[in-house]
Amino acid sequence: MKKLFALSILLFLLTGCSSEWGWYVVNPANKSGLINLKFLFSGYYYTLLLSFTSIFISVTVGLLVALPGLSKNPWLRNCNRVYVEVVRSVPILVLILWVYYGLPPITGLEINVFWAGVIALALSDSAFQAEIFRAGIQSIDKGQYEASHTISLNYRDTMRFVILPQAIRRILPALGNQLVYMLKMSSLVSVIGMQELTRKANELVVTEYRPLEIYSVLVVEYLVLILVVSAGVRWLERRLKTDENI
Amino acid sequence: MSQTAADYISINGVFKHFGDFTALNNVSLSVGLGERVVICGPSGSGKSTLIRCINGLEQHEDGIIVVDGISLDHRAKSLEAIRSRVGMVFQQFNLFPHLTVLENLTLGPIRSKNMTPQAARDLAMTYLERVQIPEQALKYPRQLSGGQQQRVAIARSLCMEPKILLFDEPTSALDPEMITEVLDVMIGLADGGMTMVCVTHEMGFARRVADKMVFMDRGEIVEMAAPDVFFKAPKTDRCRTFLKQILQH
Repeated sequence: MKKLFALSILLFLLTGCSSEWGWYVVNPANKSGLINLKFLFSGYYYTLLLSFTSIFISVTVGLLVALPGLSKNPWLRNCNRVYVEVVRSVPILVLILWVYYGLPPITGLEINVFWAGVIALALSDSAFQAEIFRAGIQSIDKGQYEASHTISLNYRDTMRFVILPQAIRRILPALGNQLVYMLKMSSLVSVIGMQELTRKANELVVTEYRPLEIYSVLVVEYLVLILVVSAGVRWLERRLKTDENI
Repeated sequence: MSQTAADYISINGVFKHFGDFTALNNVSLSVGLGERVVICGPSGSGKSTLIRCINGLEQHEDGIIVVDGISLDHRAKSLEAIRSRVGMVFQQFNLFPHLTVLENLTLGPIRSKNMTPQAARDLAMTYLERVQIPEQALKYPRQLSGGQQQRVAIARSLCMEPKILLFDEPTSALDPEMITEVLDVMIGLADGGMTMVCVTHEMGFARRVADKMVFMDRGEIVEMAAPDVFFKAPKTDRCRTFLKQILQH
């Protein structure tokens, strides 16, 4: 609440500081300003949908990529390394363009803007998730595996009930970071026409010619979004911290 | 040494190296059902490695280990069969910190013995009473003292209803005032007829429960005898020196 209050004061100060500002364009007090504002806010829908779908997929894929990286088999470990190194070295923007324009002719599939965005973001993020999971799992004491062996748990149950619950608690701050990163990187999908926050702002700028105000609103939109999500992650961290030794 | 059909565990000519270090050098040992064996020796003598080989936590090199007629060959099947018969208690307890005491105890029975949660809980409570901490069932391991944690770990092993329990220095990580409560539980198990192989320096406990004392040094079994003979008349200098050192206090 305090933060939002401080923000509104900041905006108010900005409004008064120069004759260059034309806040009418997003002023909810007049009709066109309200419409414009609603138009900008409607971008939240796809920003959130895109980011959360992508993070869900990238966490899943990241975990599946991390597990062979922990194997004793060098071939499986190499598969993990190759995936991580290759995916990690392609810039997200390049990946978005490549998935949208390159993947359909190669695979013969029609991929819409949304799924192209999801695939590119999830793919890119999965390499980082894989490294985070690997580090998290490796940080769990060997004794936990040995204890699991002695009570006859198989590999799957050992991972599911013993190792991953502890590893996930440890990597939660890093996963939160990735989520924030994902929310911000989703703005790049605007280049292929995804109607998320950034794209909406771009379109409004083209019709209203007030980039300063509109992009300022965009900045605040992201700021509020990220602050809320960060608070959510911190709440989750506190809730899951049943044991400080973990 | 003679091998009879009554031997539940038989270890024959086992070797184990860690790099250039010889952890086990041609070790042979047999343990009958209901027998209590205490293994002692200086640190680095291979005691822990030996008992960790019995349930396959360490992979032995040459030699044969047979448990209840099953030859340990490190394929999943024999490992599984042997681990269902052999429980283990660790120096560092190795409880699952994110699970309550009760969940620590019921995880194995539910997941690997397909017990219903209710049956597993009943079983867990029975063993928590056996180790005298039923009132701690809903706490997390970190809320317990070291001695209580080790007793939970013992109860967790017992919940799998093993034929034999391995103890790897179960009291070495405990504060002195907590050692007794863990040893009392172990004595109770021994009196109840549990087959036990214990690596420990608690010689009072050894005298009380052991059927067979084993002294190891530099990866070899140097001496093996009944406790009265072992403590009164150690045959080798190495064993004599060791006993003198640890019995000084």
